[in-house]
Amino acid sequence: MKQNIFILIISTMLLGGIMTSCNKDLNRLPTNDITADSVYATAAGYKQVFVKLYAAFGLTGNQGPAGDGDIQGIDEGFSDFLRLWFQAEELPTDEAVIAWGDVGIQDFHNMNWSSSNPFLQGLYYRCYYQITLCNDFIRQSSDAAVAGRGITGSDADAIKQYRTEARFLRAFQYSVVMDLFGSGPFVTENDVLGSFLPKQASRSDLFNYVTSELLAIDPDLAVPRTNEYGRADRAADWALLARVYLNSEVYTGVKKYDSAMVYAQKVINAGYSLIPDYRQLMLADNNLNTNEFILTINYDGTHGQSYGGTTYLTHAENGGSMAGLVTGVGGGWAGLRTTKMLPNLFTDPNDQRAEFYTSGQSIDIADQTQFPDGYAVIKYRNLKRDGTPGGSLDFSDVDFPLFRLAEMYLIYDEAFLRNGGAQDDATAVGYFNLLRERAYGGSTAGDVSSIDLDLILDERSRELYWEGLRRTDLIRYGKFTTAAYLWPWKGGVAGGRSVEDFRNLYPIPASDVSANTNLIQNPGY
Amino acid sequence: MRNRVIPVVRHLCALFLLTTITLASKAQNTVNGTVTAKDGTPVAGATVLVKGTRAGTQTAADGTFSIKIPANHDVLVVSAIGYSPQEVTVNGQPSVAVTLQTVASTLTDVVVIGYGTAKKKDLTGSIAQVTTKDFQKGNIVSPDQLIAGKLPGVEVTSNSGAPGSGSTIRIRGGASLNASNDPLIVIDGVPLDNSGISGAANPLSLINPNDIESFSVLKDASAAAIYGSRASNGVIIITTKKGRVGKPVVTFNTAFSVGKIEKKVDVLSPSQFRSFVLTHGQSYGGFDYSKLLGTANTDWQDQIYQKALSTDNNLSVSGGYKNMPYRYTVGYLNEQGILRTDKLSRYSLGANVSPRFFDDHLKIDLNLKASVSETRFANQGAIGAAVTFDPTKPVYSGSDRFGGFYEYLDSTSVTGLKSLAPLNPLGLLLERHDLSEVRRSIGNALFDYKVHFLPDLHVNMNLGYDVSTGLGTIYVSDSAAAAYERSNDKKHGGINNKYLQKNSNTLFEFYLNYTKNISSIKSHIDAVAGYAYQDFLTTNFSYPDLTVDNYVISAPNYPFDKPENTLISYYGRLNYTLADKYYLTGTIRTDGSSRFNPHNRWGVFPSGAFAWKIKNENFLKNSNIVSDLKLRLGYGLTGQQDGIGDYDYQTFYKLSNQLAEYQLGNNFYQSYRPAGYYYNRKWEQTATYNAGIDFGFLDNRISGSVDYYYKLTTNLLNSITQPAGTNFSNTIVANVGSMKNSGVEVSLNLIPVRNHDVTWYVNLNGTYNTNKITKLTISNDPNYPGAPYGGISGGVGTTILINAVGQPRGAFYVYKQVYDQNGNPIENVYADLNRDGIINQKDLYTYKSADPLYFFGASSSVNYRNWSAGFVMRADVGNYLYNNTFSSTGITRNIFNPLQYLSNGSANVLTTNFTGNGDKNILSDYFVQNASFLRMDNINVGYTFNNVMNHVGSVTLTGNMQNVFVITQYKGLDPEVQGGIDNNFYPRPRTYSIGLNVTFK
Repeated sequence: MKQNIFILIISTMLLGGIMTSCNKDLNRLPTNDITADSVYATAAGYKQVFVKLYAAFGLTGNQGPAGDGDIQGIDEGFSDFLRLWFQAEELPTDEAVIAWGDVGIQDFHNMNWSSSNPFLQGLYYRCYYQITLCNDFIRQSSDAAVAGRGITGSDADAIKQYRTEARFLRAFQYSVVMDLFGSGPFVTENDVLGSFLPKQASRSDLFNYVTSELLAIDPDLAVPRTNEYGRADRAADWALLARVYLNSEVYTGVKKYDSAMVYAQKVINAGYSLIPDYRQLMLADNNLNTNEFILTINYDGTHGQSYGGTTYLTHAENGGSMAGLVTGVGGGWAGLRTTKMLPNLFTDPNDQRAEFYTSGQSIDIADQTQFPDGYAVIKYRNLKRDGTPGGSLDFSDVDFPLFRLAEMYLIYDEAFLRNGGAQDDATAVGYFNLLRERAYGGSTAGDVSSIDLDLILDERSRELYWEGLRRTDLIRYGKFTTAAYLWPWKGGVAGGRSVEDFRNLYPIPASDVSANTNLIQNPGY
Repeated sequence: MRNRVIPVVRHLCALFLLTTITLASKAQNTVNGTVTAKDGTPVAGATVLVKGTRAGTQTAADGTFSIKIPANHDVLVVSAIGYSPQEVTVNGQPSVAVTLQTVASTLTDVVVIGYGTAKKKDLTGSIAQVTTKDFQKGNIVSPDQLIAGKLPGVEVTSNSGAPGSGSTIRIRGGASLNASNDPLIVIDGVPLDNSGISGAANPLSLINPNDIESFSVLKDASAAAIYGSRASNGVIIITTKKGRVGKPVVTFNTAFSVGKIEKKVDVLSPSQFRSFVLTHGQSYGGFDYSKLLGTANTDWQDQIYQKALSTDNNLSVSGGYKNMPYRYTVGYLNEQGILRTDKLSRYSLGANVSPRFFDDHLKIDLNLKASVSETRFANQGAIGAAVTFDPTKPVYSGSDRFGGFYEYLDSTSVTGLKSLAPLNPLGLLLERHDLSEVRRSIGNALFDYKVHFLPDLHVNMNLGYDVSTGLGTIYVSDSAAAAYERSNDKKHGGINNKYLQKNSNTLFEFYLNYTKNISSIKSHIDAVAGYAYQDFLTTNFSYPDLTVDNYVISAPNYPFDKPENTLISYYGRLNYTLADKYYLTGTIRTDGSSRFNPHNRWGVFPSGAFAWKIKNENFLKNSNIVSDLKLRLGYGLTGQQDGIGDYDYQTFYKLSNQLAEYQLGNNFYQSYRPAGYYYNRKWEQTATYNAGIDFGFLDNRISGSVDYYYKLTTNLLNSITQPAGTNFSNTIVANVGSMKNSGVEVSLNLIPVRNHDVTWYVNLNGTYNTNKITKLTISNDPNYPGAPYGGISGGVGTTILINAVGQPRGAFYVYKQVYDQNGNPIENVYADLNRDGIINQKDLYTYKSADPLYFFGASSSVNYRNWSAGFVMRADVGNYLYNNTFSSTGITRNIFNPLQYLSNGSANVLTTNFTGNGDKNILSDYFVQNASFLRMDNINVGYTFNNVMNHVGSVTLTGNMQNVFVITQYKGLDPEVQGGIDNNFYPRPRTYSIGLNVTFK
């Protein structure tokens, strides 16, 4: 009996031992995904995370074309930066209407969006996703962290430059938040990730932060036109400063037109030139346009696939009687067109910038949801200069210039005029005529001898239509919500109507107002 | 630990083989006999044992038996379920006749509970059991269907009409939002992994329903808490058939079934379609669609559906070799789906033996189930394509291109196909060869050692495994339109892909069981204490996406991925019974899960229950009217961690794939992306309160139970929005929110007639369940609408359901349709609910829910001499369904597609004249329709021939009809669609079966 009890005790202890040793099995690690310590152990690892900071502009997620998206709560194909930004900047304006019925998409042109609009929510989270990625990278790439991982010499120098560019990309996204939503939660590398509630930065806080960051990193960025294609350099920094200063009066009430002129001119003097043919700006091989492009989002239909970006633009603009190959795609999605306001700006048929498809399309819009109503725009074409299509008919190769030289001329001129400059100033008129001469195929037939603000606004539309700037321009000119300028179906009525001024700002998505009690919603929403 | 278990399992297999070697026995005194009930009907399957020996047998269908009695033994013990055991002294007679007294109820039934069994009369918790005789009948492929409509509080909804597609089971409405709502399923002591396996529509379909003896459903926390962490959604314990001591009994059954489509989607007929196009489409959006009309008249739904023929065959041998019961079974099922090319073949094998050693002190139960399923999956995209494909187009084009099938063409496109147009439905089916072979084996060895020096103590060890391998290939020819010239350069087409997944789930359990009768204080104690280790390992192999000429469309980053999670548990249970009147149960379990960070890893889940057997009180003891009366009260806490990420309590960097590279300079880079994470995630907890009464009247000819339950889930695993800027994912599953479920369940068993010739059983059950979300966010923001989900077709990224505070889970989130004076909806006119003058998302409101408020089951079976007949009906009340067929196809925008082709659609377009333009019509509450229904699941009849000839004990012939009728107001195809969205539902066939069951003795 005693022996039996002894055996029982021994076996119980043995089993107890097995059980305890099993508890360490509760520490499980994934097979292929790696920790921060592993990924940042090498310079190559730093680069691959750094690439994601740029890839987050151009792709929708980790798996092409879809299947592992960055942003939740929105269809992945909708969730890239350019598609969302384009819709927020172009659809509520005279430049674009869309035929589709995806929930919330018609709210833009009808100007009745709410704080639950899925596209606005997607854009907001895309901006903050990119900010969060940058914050993490900036934190992980401090001098101390890099040295602590034993990375030195040219590798460490490269990482230092990545870090500076990460600060640029973060400033760019904060400038988008400032422009679209006004204020927003403010997070930097000094905030530890996790469950905390960021404080809200006002529009002028964001303005100060964006400009101070851009000024601070300016000396550390690469000399213009020396960095790798697709990466930011000092010219990109100046171009963003110029754009932000131009809108300073809207953002903060304080005019900064002189600064806008200064930075626009810095870019102008940095060695860029307009490519000769406007119609070659947005083609499959437009990576050749480095003379004019300052910073691009790079797209490649073979290596980096998504349903956003210029894949969206080249497909959505194609429809009606248009063959797919007109825009270099397998088949159109029959979505985007323009109101008559844009084609009507091209009174001179010699202006080559009028890239419209009109066969079977009516210039007037009886029904926004019918593709044949309104002229189609074929500015983005997945075709090379030689006319052959890009690498894929389903995904576009067309790179998107976030900044290009032409905008800098127009920023300079507008800031110059708003600063009280003379309408016939030789420099300003000269810059203007550079654009005209390119538009007229090298001819001076379209040259002007004086410029004014209304001409600049129209010229911006002629030159920069569908490049994601129109809403901001109309707001700066006081024409976005007011009766001063009406276009077909503005505010959801055929002849157009004014809408409430609070719509100059988009609402902060209801989901974040709910998740972050520090946030105060914009007025009117 | 895994390595320790597998070799043991291998040894077990050898043991199985040993037992088959011989079934012979030595000659001894033989006694023949018959066993009948009081009314004279033979009792089949009764166990006859020679008292004091291990010798035993079972009665045949006619109640006869024959047993050899060893010398010096003279007493037989005869027992059968539903009857009191009886001892008979043989006294040297050559034959005996035994009459058994009915115990007129199922209350003596032994019910399988967690880690043991209990008599039903002793239960303190809410446990319901269904056994073979009460199962749903007919052509049943997946075991879950056996209990549909049989139990209150248990809703079983078949997922579709596809072979082997299985069911969604909800016990008391489930307990979670984003974690799983599926109950834990335990087969013969092995808890199954809820995740699926590639190549099988549903992992449960890999188990042969014919091998199942009983389902025990543990519904309330006090019953289920012994399963702790995985018990929040209830536990279903499946016990397979076991051998019984006695002569070998061979049973063969075979069934043949024909399934037919019962109802098709109501689309425009070819002539309606023509006239619609000619009336409305001559100038639609500036385009003349009438010129696209063809001359054919094709019913595409007739083209894709077929008569589905099926056979199901099972052979089993059971009996006892010496003192070792055994049962072996083989099965072969071959089932076609009503969608052409859908086919499932399943070969299954089951074996169990229960040897005993050391004078019965060591009992070993060995269970092995294995199956191989071969499936050809039909391309279910054809279901939607058949609704929308233009009925004026022919099936075949007359050309060899695209497999000879008619397709929409576009001469300007590179492939020649019209981009984004629907593809020929029949071509989708016939051109795709999606073949899989899935092997699954579940087995365990249960050692039960009754300690020699302390027989009240049992030492139990359970070693189990559940492994499956799914291997498949998908082949689509390069001529098929679905994969035509699909490479970027349009030079390579077709699909030639493969997939492989392995699941391995291992189990080690060790528990002690101590029972003691202390008659001095009229007490009985039953205590269990144990330990469990369970590991779930999946290996997903990755293969490149290839065209038929092996051109690589995309290649994986890694050859495989092995997600794994582990659960470790310690548990204990104490049952205390006083004077057979007062029952107390307490359980406690602590679980550790590898899915949580080390600080939150362990959860403690206690429960307690009390039962008062009022019938045993003196004032009722002798009542002839009240035959049973018991009150049960219980409370318990259960946990949940299923349905969440394995590792995401910390962040990991994941490499993008080769189609998500980004160009910097002249190089393309795969990038590393940090993943969203939630460090503080912990166990979701559900507290359940249960109060119930079990009753029986008039010799239990009327019996049943009533239960009230209230479940409160807190720390809800809930996909919530993260404050922007604070995480790498804008939503993440966190523990925020709470939800409550409450309801009443009633079950009633009636025996209206019970006499010599006729017995008639009726089971009625009903459940009322309400569900309400009480909290969803950290702050209670009244402006937060909730978390939308439930994607629908008709708008990319469009969702129709929402989880919102104050509403039931899965409410519809819609615009309030405005109707004209004739009651017709006015398109794009909705109520301005917030009265701000504009219609936008702020005017959406929560409306109804997909879950039923009430659901009912009714079964009836009648035996008249050798005849038997029965039916099962089910009803759901208060459930609504979003009719996505109406909303996305019954609109002119679908018929006159903006991409300039014609599509057919729901005939509802003739009623509404909806255009479908704009982005709001699809969210109209007009499309949310009442889907309450009454369905007759099956009706059956059978006849048994006894003693047909030598060696043949009995032959039973059965006829069965499934899915007999549905009564509903719902306007779509079928009101019973899990999840609230009716979109291209695979129709449930109406099935006619004949079956033959032969028992050899």
